[in-house]
Amino acid sequence: MEHRDDIGAKLGMWVFIFTEILLFGGLFLVYAIMRSAYSTEFHQAAHHLNAFIGSINTVVLLLSSATVAMSITAVQKGNNKLAVILLFITLLCAAVFMVNKYFEWGHKIHIGLYPGSDLMLTLSHGQVMFFSLYFFMTGLHMFHLVVGGIILTIVMLKVQRGTINAGHYVLLENGGLYWHLVDLIWIFLFPLLYLIT
Amino acid sequence: METETVHITPYRAHAWVLITLLALTFLTITVTWIDLSALTVLVAMLIASVKAYIVLTYFMHLKFESSLFRVFVIMVLAIYVLVILFTLSDYLFR
Repeated sequence: MEHRDDIGAKLGMWVFIFTEILLFGGLFLVYAIMRSAYSTEFHQAAHHLNAFIGSINTVVLLLSSATVAMSITAVQKGNNKLAVILLFITLLCAAVFMVNKYFEWGHKIHIGLYPGSDLMLTLSHGQVMFFSLYFFMTGLHMFHLVVGGIILTIVMLKVQRGTINAGHYVLLENGGLYWHLVDLIWIFLFPLLYLIT
Repeated sequence: METETVHITPYRAHAWVLITLLALTFLTITVTWIDLSALTVLVAMLIASVKAYIVLTYFMHLKFESSLFRVFVIMVLAIYVLVILFTLSDYLFR
């Protein structure tokens, strides 16, 4: 019989998630201190963010998290076909999120608002701080989203092939945990960046 | 090999969690339309924390894992809160 330790595998995934929490946690701490120092500048700068796109992306990410969670149920019940469909919906959601981000960032870069731009140099220190944090935090979050998308694509193919099945699905669970982490970070990023106007 | 009981969350439970999270998102957006001045951040963070708790408990399945997982998560969050408190106390009262 092959050696397996699903609890150990999940525990390992959680330890990794803890390092991610502390990584983003540091950034949230920088945000908190900068915001207390430059609260009016942060409010002014946040007006430039598109709260509508931010809201759409929040809904899209929550939906994608639910479909991942449901795909685990599907695999547990032996319905791999449904699990593949649910994971595919998750990946579609990720794509929608990325397209929205492309338009959001694209617009800002178009009007000359990006780190190191001439326009950025004319802004006050607090506003520069806000946009730097905005680009860095959403950028890092987006990077996680891409990695999560790659992981879930691999997981989806394994579910389709049957390598992940009702008797052995810890990889799907861990991929799901990673995806939920991406969602978790966005839950805090969204109100802090988009809703402070 | 020891047999462990596997908890299968029904689809409907996931759907309800999703609806709750969407409702809280709607709430957090509408709350910003009301001017609560200093309380705005607090309310936003409170709602975000409730959402995070729901994601951790149900989507991330902590409710049905061994208590070891919950202890770990609580410890890490406690460490993070300590880091915040120490840093802020230094910044705000130096």
